[in-house]
Amino acid sequence: MALLEARGVNVVYEPSRGQRIWAVRDVNLTLEAGEFVGIVGESGCGKTTLGYALTRMLRPPARLDGGVITFDGTDIATLAGEQLRRRRRNGFALVMQSGMNALNPVRSIGHQFGDVLKANARPGDHLDAAAIRQRSTSLLESVQLDAEVLGRFPHELSGGMRQRVSIALALALEPRLIVFDEPTTALDVIVQEAVIQTIKDLQRDRGFTAVLISHDLGVVLEATDRVLVMYGGRIVEDQPAAVIAEGAHHPYTEALLNCYADPRADEVVLGGIPGSPPDLSLTEPGCPFTPRCPLAQDICREVDPPLAPLGRGWAACHVRAPAVRAGVEAGRAS
Amino acid sequence: MTYISRRVVLFIITLWAAITLNFVLPRLMPGSPVDAALGKLAAAGVPITNAERNAIEIQLGMPHASLISQYGEYLRNIALLRFGTSYSYPTQTVAETIGKALPWTLELVGAATIFAFIIGTLLGIYAGWRRGTATDSSITVGATFFGAFPPFWLGLLLLYLLAFKFGWFPIKGGYDPGLTPTLSVSFMLNALWHSVLPALTMAITTLSGWVFGMRNNMINTLGEDFVTFAEANGLRARTVATLYAARNALLPNVTAFGLALGSVVGGSVLVEGVFSYPGVGGLLFIAVTNHDYPLMQALLLVFSLSMLVAIFIVDLLYVRLDPRVRR
Amino acid sequence: MTVLTAMPPPPEAPGRAANVRSGTASSVPGPLRFGGRAIRTIWSNGKARAGLIMLGLFICIAVFAPLIAPHSPTATSFTPYSGPTSTNWFGTTGNGQDVFSQLIYGSRVSLLVGFGAGALATLVAVTLGLIAGYRPGLVDELLGFVTNLALVIPALPLMIVLAAYLQGHSVWTIVLVVAFTSWATGARVIRSQTATLRTRDFVTSAVFSGERLLRVVFREILPNMTSLVAASFFAAATAAILAEASLEFLGLGNPATVSWGTILYAAEQQNALLTGQWLMVLAPGLAIALLMMSLTLINFGVDALSNPRLREK
Repeated sequence: MALLEARGVNVVYEPSRGQRIWAVRDVNLTLEAGEFVGIVGESGCGKTTLGYALTRMLRPPARLDGGVITFDGTDIATLAGEQLRRRRRNGFALVMQSGMNALNPVRSIGHQFGDVLKANARPGDHLDAAAIRQRSTSLLESVQLDAEVLGRFPHELSGGMRQRVSIALALALEPRLIVFDEPTTALDVIVQEAVIQTIKDLQRDRGFTAVLISHDLGVVLEATDRVLVMYGGRIVEDQPAAVIAEGAHHPYTEALLNCYADPRADEVVLGGIPGSPPDLSLTEPGCPFTPRCPLAQDICREVDPPLAPLGRGWAACHVRAPAVRAGVEAGRAS
Repeated sequence: MTYISRRVVLFIITLWAAITLNFVLPRLMPGSPVDAALGKLAAAGVPITNAERNAIEIQLGMPHASLISQYGEYLRNIALLRFGTSYSYPTQTVAETIGKALPWTLELVGAATIFAFIIGTLLGIYAGWRRGTATDSSITVGATFFGAFPPFWLGLLLLYLLAFKFGWFPIKGGYDPGLTPTLSVSFMLNALWHSVLPALTMAITTLSGWVFGMRNNMINTLGEDFVTFAEANGLRARTVATLYAARNALLPNVTAFGLALGSVVGGSVLVEGVFSYPGVGGLLFIAVTNHDYPLMQALLLVFSLSMLVAIFIVDLLYVRLDPRVRR
Repeated sequence: MTVLTAMPPPPEAPGRAANVRSGTASSVPGPLRFGGRAIRTIWSNGKARAGLIMLGLFICIAVFAPLIAPHSPTATSFTPYSGPTSTNWFGTTGNGQDVFSQLIYGSRVSLLVGFGAGALATLVAVTLGLIAGYRPGLVDELLGFVTNLALVIPALPLMIVLAAYLQGHSVWTIVLVVAFTSWATGARVIRSQTATLRTRDFVTSAVFSGERLLRVVFREILPNMTSLVAASFFAAATAAILAEASLEFLGLGNPATVSWGTILYAAEQQNALLTGQWLMVLAPGLAIALLMMSLTLINFGVDALSNPRLREK
């Protein structure tokens, strides 16, 4: 059984004034235990929203609108309150963007570890101060931080250290799924490299399912086994990371790859994608990439393209991956 | 410079500025406060010795001496606590008069403010946490309503209802007329009974400020990333609300507490006036009614000083609460 | 006594970015467009809407006072010290004046002093705040120190002492004294906000493109602080109304003025509570409370304007 299955997930933003915005539309997704999946896309494509939705961390005015999220057999989309809280232990965790503000400024790191460990203690766990200290230390070691960090406050740590502390805190839940939302975006390149390596090592050693959300395709390709490309709130491509740079793909993915120039080439041509991102308040059917797509046809404007087989994965494109018949939907579900 | 030493320097400089302002003020006023003061003193039967005249002039303005020498004399008098004689209480010096009244106000204001701060903050936390619900609306509307009561009017109302009509509390004074102030338990209880209505009045009118401030802070803090992360890590709602959200939301309120404590001393003027309470607020009330300038001057200084001290103490407390300012 | 949270909204809050406008042209003049949006936001907030309605009522009462009040407020033709009767619904003063009519006319003074002193205080606060916030350095430090000093001297005692010295006994004295003591809180808040906005990109680009200082301040910075200034104004006006009533109550105003505070002063002088004339005490106090409350309620809406997190769903 898959670790997480999402069916028909929609997320809508409903501000008190202004239009409703559909940030995530009809997402169907399956994550197996131990997978390392990347979600990539431009700003506003819905990847962060999806990550928050899957870990049930959406905040008003965002709202899960229909859909089933089955985690380890239970539908967590309908859980709330204490029931939801209990599921997080040994369940799903979220590491937020760059950990800058993710830590309580007035509590020491050690106390914050204590808070998390005590809140997620199992009945029968004996958590005295010594046990907490010991577990906190081992968690910090797993992210290459020294135990003396426990006595510090967040403002005394660098950005990279805070990010690692966030990861260690999430690990305290012993989760089987961790969603990393843009873990390196606000860090400089050298620290980025180290943090990504840490995440990779942790994932390999502990075997949890990792979801890495980033707008940086390079980071995603380096770390993950499987890449999901999102556009306009939908998943438009789903491929093993190894093949994403080769062969034919969804036109958006190809355009994205073209944006990355080869620094070794004699002539560096910077590509871009003409046009602007779709208006997420509209709910008409059709492929969202149509206005910017060089291959657009009439059917693209009228019918939502389903995810259909393409190469070793899937793509939602009428042209590249035409759905042979409606039955291809069922074939994809397993 | 460390945070604390900076605060000490600021305290001293501001104190000096307040003292100087007190020096400047009467000298800017139209007319001659000195003559008025001397006239009143004579009318109250106080003999105008040269020393007496000198003291008044130093405080309120000497027409003949240079400003610098006046200022020097003034500072010396302040240091020696020589404020002259009030003509509302001709038998004692101003310093003595104020000295007797100060403890009453401190006790009243202290009790009322601490009470209002605690209850107001708790209500504010609750309203912010449950923002948008009926609970929140009722707390905010209620606080708006009660906060809009002019303190003296609420005092009059409580006086009328609870003291006059129902007779539960005394109508005026800090203690029963026949008693003399001692440190006995029975006197303390009597004083306590007399302080309930004025304290209640002050507490109710200042409550709303705390509620709103804390509610706003809570709402802002709840939007912070670390609150979301705490929830994602499985912390219980109560832990998140208190140790994570409220603990941070509290910080701006703590600094405001210092200011409020000091300013409530000033606000005690009206309430003590209404209840004829023997504190420094009531003294100002009397001083104003009698145009008693020496007393008024000294009181203004006392009010400013109490404000500065309150702020200073709270600043010291803040260091304990916010690790980011520690050095 | 309200305590203002000394915390301007954090600069990077998303709503603030959304609210930022540089002085670009559009078909509808900027201030008008903003005004319309502002009124709509305020009106959409339930509490603020109630406040606007209440304030509207008070303004109507003040404007149409001669039509509403049954008698002239200063006419001393009635039996003094009487309780509520059919001619004098709220009783009479010691001078034989009709309390109800005084109550109606009194709204004029409260609104005048409240808005007048509030506007004056806000004007001073904005001026000093902008200057201090825009130019860091000696001017800022000096102004900051003066502001702190003004904050440290308790407002009410200072007002009392000033009013006692000035012996002006006119409404304008009161307006000046109140404004003089209440500019500091607003100045501090506006200074912080100006300092924050000064470092924002759109200001830097305006300065680099050669806009003169005054234009930068008035076209770039000030429009982005409108709601903050409005909030300061309403807070100052609220405090001013209370201060005016307090000063009148203490007898520091002109007893001949007809205002809610003087009614209470007269009530205190004639021990109205003890003689059963409790309406004479209840009515003006309630009026003050309701007027202050209406402004505070409106301020809820103004707060929401500047900080979208506070907007009601």
